[in-house]
Amino acid sequence: MKRLLPYAAVLAFALVPLFLKDQYYLNALISAGIFTLAAMSLNLLLGYTGQLSLGHVAFFGIGAYVSALTSLGFSVEIFGVQITHEPWPAVVGLALGIVFAGLCGFLIGKLAFRVRGAYFVIVTISFAEVVRLVALNWVELTNGPLALPGIPPLTIGLPGLGYTTLWTKIPNYYVVLAFIVVAYILIRRLIESPFGRAMIALRENENLAVSAGISVTRYLTLATVISGAIAGAAGGLYAHYIQIIDPQIFMFLNTVTMVIMVIAGGKGTLAGPLVGGLIFGLAPVVLRAYVGPEVQWILYGVLMILIVYVLPEGIVPAIERWFGRSDAEAPSAPKQPTIGTEARA
Amino acid sequence: MDLVLQHVANATIMGGTYALLGIGLTLIFGIMRIVNFTHGELYTFGAYMMFFFSVMLGVNFYVAILFAIVAGMALGATIELTLLRGKRNADIDTTMLIMIGAWIVMQNVEILTWGSVAKSVPSPLPNQPLELGPVSISWLRVVVLGVAVALIAATYYMINRTRLGKAMRATFQDRDTAALMGINVNAIYTSTFALGSGLAAAAGALLGPVFVVAPNMGDIASLKAFAIVILGGLGNITGAAIGGFLLAFAEEFGAGYVSSGYRDAMGFLIIIAVLIMRPTGIFSRAERIG
Repeated sequence: MKRLLPYAAVLAFALVPLFLKDQYYLNALISAGIFTLAAMSLNLLLGYTGQLSLGHVAFFGIGAYVSALTSLGFSVEIFGVQITHEPWPAVVGLALGIVFAGLCGFLIGKLAFRVRGAYFVIVTISFAEVVRLVALNWVELTNGPLALPGIPPLTIGLPGLGYTTLWTKIPNYYVVLAFIVVAYILIRRLIESPFGRAMIALRENENLAVSAGISVTRYLTLATVISGAIAGAAGGLYAHYIQIIDPQIFMFLNTVTMVIMVIAGGKGTLAGPLVGGLIFGLAPVVLRAYVGPEVQWILYGVLMILIVYVLPEGIVPAIERWFGRSDAEAPSAPKQPTIGTEARA
Repeated sequence: MDLVLQHVANATIMGGTYALLGIGLTLIFGIMRIVNFTHGELYTFGAYMMFFFSVMLGVNFYVAILFAIVAGMALGATIELTLLRGKRNADIDTTMLIMIGAWIVMQNVEILTWGSVAKSVPSPLPNQPLELGPVSISWLRVVVLGVAVALIAATYYMINRTRLGKAMRATFQDRDTAALMGINVNAIYTSTFALGSGLAAAAGALLGPVFVVAPNMGDIASLKAFAIVILGGLGNITGAAIGGFLLAFAEEFGAGYVSSGYRDAMGFLIIIAVLIMRPTGIFSRAERIG
């Protein structure tokens, strides 16, 4: 029964566009899906390695900007050398966005994992802020606050169906769903591999893990690379779906949205970010009818505090316990919060 | 050369308020082991209280600064009592999530209360700037520096010369032993958070009249405070005071000679550079806390 749940969920979501014709709600689902994908990538770091990355939006934004610029083309002068890039297909842009975000993950992983706890959090925030300031100030490349308009939608080729450009919502919906399924399988296989066990061992007790021969930097950097690449994919999908991006994409509240999706759903569980993503991706649609965005954020903030106090493990582990299914096949979040996550001397 | 002197004067003045921000944050981290994400909002709160008392109620400019500080301390104590007391033994990530939640709530309450249009606080000081040779500084900024330095000195005195300060230092060194010596650790935590919050509110009340008061002014202030604290080493008060001035100099000269668009990036570049070379801060003699 439990094994079939993921298949049932995919099937259910695949059937949604057959009866949901309202463009507004489809749009809400696509946006929720894109943020869910980002939340899944954050969960890999926050849930499985136990490192709170508050600059996660940087990977998302880098994916979006690289993808958009690759498919739009640009011409910049760097140290007197004129670099001109002709527009490439959007799919290539998306792929490059993923690669670039992964590379940034590598750099940040190497740099940030020299430190832990509070220091790591602050390094990741700083990284996101520097990237935001570059996007804002390098006007020649990014158009600065004037935004990058007219990003082409993705064109994908499917065997037997020929090439399709995703101008409408329904094909975009399926692309996002496909990305979530692929990311889910990837993360799941990763977690169940020796690599995942090493990461969880590091989260549980770093000193013990190190003494057992686990290379901290290697595993944590790899986790950041994969996490960054998935977040970059989400950003690329966002850019080609919305078709316009500006430096507001690096807003801290976007990171907060991802964090709240992960901790509400249940960090360190495979289903957690999916449940959290669905709830908090669609919550604005419901709330918008009644309250302004400020009240929505206040509710999110209050909820974040309440979750920490009342439901520290998140919704998914709570439900699993409720049904007496705590013997989940995936390693779940630790019962006790990990302690001693301080900066390395 | 004249331009350099002017930059030095500007940086020194900003450095004073940056140091206030940094000391407040580092005190709270050092004693309570809490990364206070509401720091920037307490700064914003101080600026709005300055606006409230000075403009709306017409209180004397200097008295309004004092009231703003007291209001900031009261809000800080409230946050500590309601949100943090129950999570005294929680790990640092847990309290971080609580503080992020509180940050979002506070910022949006500020937008709802005061509107998103920036407000200005007029100062009673003469518009004529103070001319010191080639350097000219507005009187308001001179007063801001004076008050900031006085507050830093008062904080130093409090921590190093009073009984409360002694109890704080003892708690900083070892909470359990301090408790065994009869120190009321709960009271120390509340007063530390109130003191740190008061210093943030003071920085807001001082810079509010220099710039404008807006709901999102705290975001960048929070991040700068983090940069200052990392620069000085988490929990190191002298480090934070010097770090505040260093950040102000880096920003001023970075903006003046590199690019003004990247003024705010200086702090983050400093953080990244410090953490590559000396993760415990550039003033740490030996391992401090953490």
